[in-house]
Amino acid sequence: MNEVRGAAGDVSADASPAAPTEPKSALRFALPLGIFVVLAGFLFVGLGLNPREVPSPFIGKPAPAFQLTQLARPEQSFSPQQMQGEVWLFNVWASWCVACRIEHPLLVDLAKKNVIPIVGLNYKDKRDAALGWLGQFGDPYQLSVVDTDGRVGIDYGVYGVPETFVIDKTGVIRFKQIGPITEAAWRDKILPLVRQLQKS
Amino acid sequence: MTLRTAIACVLLALLTSGVSAATPALQLDAAGARRAAALAEQLRCLVCQNQSIAESNAELAVDLRREINEQIRAGRSDTDIRDFMVARYGDFVLYRPPVKSHTLLLWFGPALLAIAALLAFMRALRNRRRRVSERPLTDAEHAEAARLLGGPASTPQ
Amino acid sequence: MIPEIGNFALILALLLATAQAVLPIAGAARGDRAWMAVARPAARGQTLFITLAFGCLLYSFVVNDFSVVNVASNSNSQLPLHYRIAASWGSHEGSLLLWVLMLAWWTFAVSVFSRHLPDDMVARVIGVQGVISIGFLLFMLLTSNPFDRLFPAAADGRDLNPLLQDPGMVFHPPMLYMGYVGFSVAFSFAIAALLSGKLDAAWARWSRPWTTLAWCFLTLGIALGSWWAYYELGWGGWWFWDPVENASFMPWLLGTALIHSLAATEKRGSFRSWTVLLAISAFSLSLLGTFLVRSGVLTSVHAFATDPKRGVFILAFLVFVIGSSLALFAWRAPKVGLGGKFETVSRESFLLLNNLLLAVAAGSVLLGTLYPLFLDALALPKASVGPPYFNLVFGAVMAPLVFLMGIGPMARWKKAELPDLATRLKWAFVVALVTALIVPVVAGRWTALISVGLFLAFWVMASIVINVRERVRHLRGGLTERLRAQGRSYWGMQLAHLGIAVFVVGVTVVNGYQVERDMRMNVGDTVQVGRYDIRFDGTQKIAGPNYTGVRGAVQVTRDGNPVATMHPEKRVYNVQKMPMTEAAIDSGIKGDIYVSLGEPIDPGALESGAWSVRVYLKPFVTWIWGGCVLMALGGGLALSDRRYRLLARRDQTAAGRVSA
Repeated sequence: MNEVRGAAGDVSADASPAAPTEPKSALRFALPLGIFVVLAGFLFVGLGLNPREVPSPFIGKPAPAFQLTQLARPEQSFSPQQMQGEVWLFNVWASWCVACRIEHPLLVDLAKKNVIPIVGLNYKDKRDAALGWLGQFGDPYQLSVVDTDGRVGIDYGVYGVPETFVIDKTGVIRFKQIGPITEAAWRDKILPLVRQLQKS
Repeated sequence: MTLRTAIACVLLALLTSGVSAATPALQLDAAGARRAAALAEQLRCLVCQNQSIAESNAELAVDLRREINEQIRAGRSDTDIRDFMVARYGDFVLYRPPVKSHTLLLWFGPALLAIAALLAFMRALRNRRRRVSERPLTDAEHAEAARLLGGPASTPQ
Repeated sequence: MIPEIGNFALILALLLATAQAVLPIAGAARGDRAWMAVARPAARGQTLFITLAFGCLLYSFVVNDFSVVNVASNSNSQLPLHYRIAASWGSHEGSLLLWVLMLAWWTFAVSVFSRHLPDDMVARVIGVQGVISIGFLLFMLLTSNPFDRLFPAAADGRDLNPLLQDPGMVFHPPMLYMGYVGFSVAFSFAIAALLSGKLDAAWARWSRPWTTLAWCFLTLGIALGSWWAYYELGWGGWWFWDPVENASFMPWLLGTALIHSLAATEKRGSFRSWTVLLAISAFSLSLLGTFLVRSGVLTSVHAFATDPKRGVFILAFLVFVIGSSLALFAWRAPKVGLGGKFETVSRESFLLLNNLLLAVAAGSVLLGTLYPLFLDALALPKASVGPPYFNLVFGAVMAPLVFLMGIGPMARWKKAELPDLATRLKWAFVVALVTALIVPVVAGRWTALISVGLFLAFWVMASIVINVRERVRHLRGGLTERLRAQGRSYWGMQLAHLGIAVFVVGVTVVNGYQVERDMRMNVGDTVQVGRYDIRFDGTQKIAGPNYTGVRGAVQVTRDGNPVATMHPEKRVYNVQKMPMTEAAIDSGIKGDIYVSLGEPIDPGALESGAWSVRVYLKPFVTWIWGGCVLMALGGGLALSDRRYRLLARRDQTAAGRVSA
């Protein structure tokens, strides 16, 4: 009997009756579809997320210590130790920062209503420009400190401006706002936290 | 989106403001410079669209490179410097994610995939042996084959 | 006026695409010849209108029509002509139009070179292409119209991103899209096969040239992108595992698996359902890449700035196309037979291993690319996944693959013997081992990775030599005659595999032996880097058509003999005020000398003052892209094999009897 294989193998596979597909093996073929559906789900959720936002590792940790000169009074310095016993905001700003102007009216308003003391970190800026900016847009800060080379900023994990830290009475960072403080962020996240911290 | 706009403003501002100080790498020796370059390539520039701080000209990247150089000159080890960065920016700053419970799937995933592929391979071979039956050709099929082969010869493979 | 014509042309194209999609596929299912016959004319009509639309956009850019939003956002009157043309695809909207244009041309090619195919297959293939076209045209018309107008018209444009003002921008996107989009043809063939239930060796033979051609284009497109990044970004890197780069690389990996799998399906009828799944997956990854670039879901230097609303549309389109094709696969594939039998050791099993390793590689790249998104979506701590991860994982998966590449072509179909293979390859092993050990000694530096890389590369090269010798030895006739008797398909394979070996040499040597120095240099200073002496001769101010800057002069000598005078530049573009580094590269087959300017030490004394200068010595770096070119040439050679042309002619007569 001649046994010819090769290209004819094609024919024999087609000619033999299709093996009854066991349910188990048919399910195997649906695996790619299943994987894709899960993937699509993640992609959909991903559309609502911000991949570039960096959460702070300082939440729940003490605010890093520093000693910097003050913006308005260069002969005096400031260290976060001095704010012990108070709940306060540490706001990173600069005169060259366009987005800072978005939140500035809100900060000025807070300062007027004496809701919470705000200390400013003037980040990588020039003294004259900074003072001029405050003169023009208002000064909500109890005081501002000068961080010309950005080292204190690095110590606080600052990567953009503006950023704001909520620090409690024991000097522990409780919250970090990345980007300008919007009305919604203040109302829904920061104010309730501040009230809660002020009570304790 | 306000946040997106804000970050774009931040990025723009950082890129266009000021000229950086003397390039930090200048004060290191050859070995130190190599360490600095290697470290900088592993750290993410947080204000950039997916670049390491070695590649980026953003101010934060320049500042962090300066920080690395100073720490190398102060005698800190590579691990110390990485820990320094992670303490301030979180694991997100490392391009080589640390092996923690939530990254186990990432690090072992490829191996699992390979094992699964290998098992599939072996099972496919075994199934094939069982299910593909080969019977000899009938006379009619022989004739057809002869007819087809009698045409223009195909390239030998 | 012209932009309105372009807009209208897109709408007409959409209508034609709908006809192209609905009628032929329905016609093939019903056996209606008239409906099936709509396929070719509809495709050609669609191509005509899309080309017209693209022409209108190009025209708007060339004549500086700043009343078109796209032109105003991406161009400028000072921009040189060739960059104005390239700017037409430099934006989200424009690149979408390029995508659709490429799709139309591929479909046109299918409509022309398909005379030998059965009518129902042609109808289905063109029909599926039509479905894809509908999706992209709708997306453009509804959310991303390149012909949107600006009232009042802008006085001048915002200029093309300076990073894109480069010859690379003229060639890389079109080449890349030709490949990317070209996999749609393989996809359409796969869907057509599933719809018709006919998944045989003939289908594989028809599908193979289209797939190989797309693969060649994608190889070149990725290589171009890599080379462009290397000389443009100023610090000598050539691959960053950026999400968008990965998005183009994953289809390439699966495409490579596909062309190998098609070989087995064509020759032995094996792996049919697996091949179909690969074809679907390769193009699905292309579509996924389109989503990733434009949705903002991942951070990437390549990403277009766009909003989530567009992302939702693309995702919906993705779910529809990929979801329905995978569902069709799940339904129809189990009914397809298994094909020819083969032993555990045989060329088929080597090809299967090749496929599995490539699939694992693609899966790993996908895992790493999407992992940050997974973590974020599950509210787990954020992580970044970058080159350290990818280099490690990809290298680990590829090493066995390259090793197998030396063995596979030597194995016989259906049944091979390991001891026999080992005997035939023993000299390859020895040559590779010796090279891997000697080169580091001679070069003065050794790491394990260098030896592994060199071993693998020379193993493959030696295996190719042994393979050719075996083939040629037993034939009669002169040497040229015997070589030509192997056929272009064979030489294409060897050339492509050689390309991979060359690529591995390039990567290994560059990573192992490159030298980087970042130094402060005063005018006239000479520094020794490697075996070269680098002298900095200061800078002078320059002005270009749309930029100003400084141009440095650096003299490179070796043992007193001049090697090159190099002119790195630092530019600031007038409109976007972006500082750009233009590196100076002295390129050769033995490697590159790469010089770029860092920062001026004293910004006040740009021309006479000191600068920080970066010098990189990159040995054999040109082999990286040279290897890619060889791969593409190999693919092209295999494509031109006479059996495709011969059988095409024969099938033409046969098709008349077989169709429907």
